[in-house]
Amino acid sequence: MIAQTAGAEGTSLGYLMLILLSATFTDNILLTRFLGMCSFLSISQQLKSAVGLGVAVVFVTTITGALNAALYKYAIVPANEHFGVPLGLQFIVFIVVIAGVVQLLEMLIERVSLSLYYALGIFLPLITVNCAILGACLFLVNLGFHRNLLEATMFSFGSGFGWMLAIVAMAGIRSKLKNQYIPLGLQGPGITLIITGIIALAFIGFSGMVQLAK
Amino acid sequence: MTLTPTAIAGRRALVAQLWDENPIFRQVLGICSALAVTNLVFNTLLMCAGLIWATALSSATFSLLRNYIPARVRMIIQVLIIAVYVIMVDIAIRAYYPDIYQMIGPYVGLIITNCIVMGRLEAFASKNRVWPSALDGLGSGLGYSFILLSVACVREYLGFGALAGYKVPDPGQLTQYLASAGAWVVNLFGHVEAPQVAGWWKAWTLMIMPPGAFFVLAVAVWIARTYALRREAAAQPKKGGAS
Repeated sequence: MIAQTAGAEGTSLGYLMLILLSATFTDNILLTRFLGMCSFLSISQQLKSAVGLGVAVVFVTTITGALNAALYKYAIVPANEHFGVPLGLQFIVFIVVIAGVVQLLEMLIERVSLSLYYALGIFLPLITVNCAILGACLFLVNLGFHRNLLEATMFSFGSGFGWMLAIVAMAGIRSKLKNQYIPLGLQGPGITLIITGIIALAFIGFSGMVQLAK
Repeated sequence: MTLTPTAIAGRRALVAQLWDENPIFRQVLGICSALAVTNLVFNTLLMCAGLIWATALSSATFSLLRNYIPARVRMIIQVLIIAVYVIMVDIAIRAYYPDIYQMIGPYVGLIITNCIVMGRLEAFASKNRVWPSALDGLGSGLGYSFILLSVACVREYLGFGALAGYKVPDPGQLTQYLASAGAWVVNLFGHVEAPQVAGWWKAWTLMIMPPGAFFVLAVAVWIARTYALRREAAAQPKKGGAS
C-alpha cells in the first residue's frame, strides 16, 4: 500500500499517476460513490452515445475541477477566514462555474468543429445537471486536493475518465442483453442496477491497491 | 369539512407523489444519494430530512415567484433557490452532527443537482399555486425518503445487525429463539436440550459496501415494478372489453 499526504508543497509525477489511478479505479466515482447514476441508467443503451457522453463528461469534469479548485483555494477559503463567509457558498460557486463552462464549451465546439458539435452537442446541456461533475468538485475539496492545482486537475480528470470507463463498459454489456430473456419487472433500470452491482464487485478487487491519505 | 379546490389539488399531488409517481420506482431519478447514504439508517434519516426541507420549500418559493421569472433564466434561478435551502441544511448538519458530516457531507451538497428537486420545480411548481406546490414537493420528498429508509433498514440490518445504531437480534439469534421456543414446547411432554443454532449467521459485509446498495435497490425496483405491472394488467382488460 502506498500512502502519501495530499497537498504537499511539491508534487512528483509518480504521485500524480497515483491520484489518477485512485480516482479512476479504486475510488471510481460511479461504482463506489454512486454519482451520475441518472444519465448512466438512461444513456447506456447504445455504445455510440455512451462514448459521446463519456468524452463530454471527461472534458467538462477536468476543466471545471481545475477552475473550482482554484476558486476554492484563492477565493472561498480566504473569504471564510477573513470575513466569515460560510463555506456553503462553494455550492453556488461550483454550480455557476459548471453551468458557465458547459455553455462556453458548447459555443466553442460549435465554432471549431461542427461534426464534433453534432456528436457531443446534445449531451452538453445534460451535463449541467449530471451530479458526477459537481460530485467530483465536492470530493476534490473534501479530500484536500485543491491545495495543489496540478493534483486537483489530475483528480478531476481521473474521476471523469472513471465515469466514462463505467458507462462504456455498461453500454457494451447492455447491447449484448438486447436479445436475452429478462423478467418484465426487471427490464430497464432493474437489470442495469444488478449489472452495475456486479461491475462494482469486480472493482472492489482494486481497493487497497492505492490509498490516498486525506 | 369543505375543501377548497386548491387544497384538493394539493392533497392529490401529495398522494400521487407518494406511490403512483414515486420518484425512485416509477421515474428512477435521484438515486445517486439513494445508494450512497443508505448503509446506516441514521445518516439516511438526516439526508431525507434535508431533502424534504429542500423540495418542499424550494417548490413553494419557486411557485411564489413563477410569474416574475423570465422563462429563459428560470433554470439558473431554480438552481439558486434550491442551493439556498441546501446551504441551510449543510450548515445545520455541519453544526449539530460534525461526525456524520464527515461521511455524508458531499452528498448533502449534491441535493442541488438531485433530479427529483428540479424535476418537481419544472413539472409542477412552475404551473401551480403555492400550497399545492409545497405539498407536491413534500410528497416527492416523503416518497423518496420512504424508499431510502427501506433500503437503509435492509442494508444496516444485514450488514451490521443493527437498526439506526441499536443492536437488534440478527437472523441467527431469531432462529435460536425459535429453536428455544420449540424445545420449551417439547419440554412440556418430555425432555430435550435446545439446539445451539445462533452461529450460522455471519454479518453480511457486502451489504454495507457499494455493490450491496446496487443489489438491494435493484430488488426493490423489481418488486415495485412487478406490482405496478400486475395492477396495470388487471386494469387493462376492462377497457378492452368496453370498446
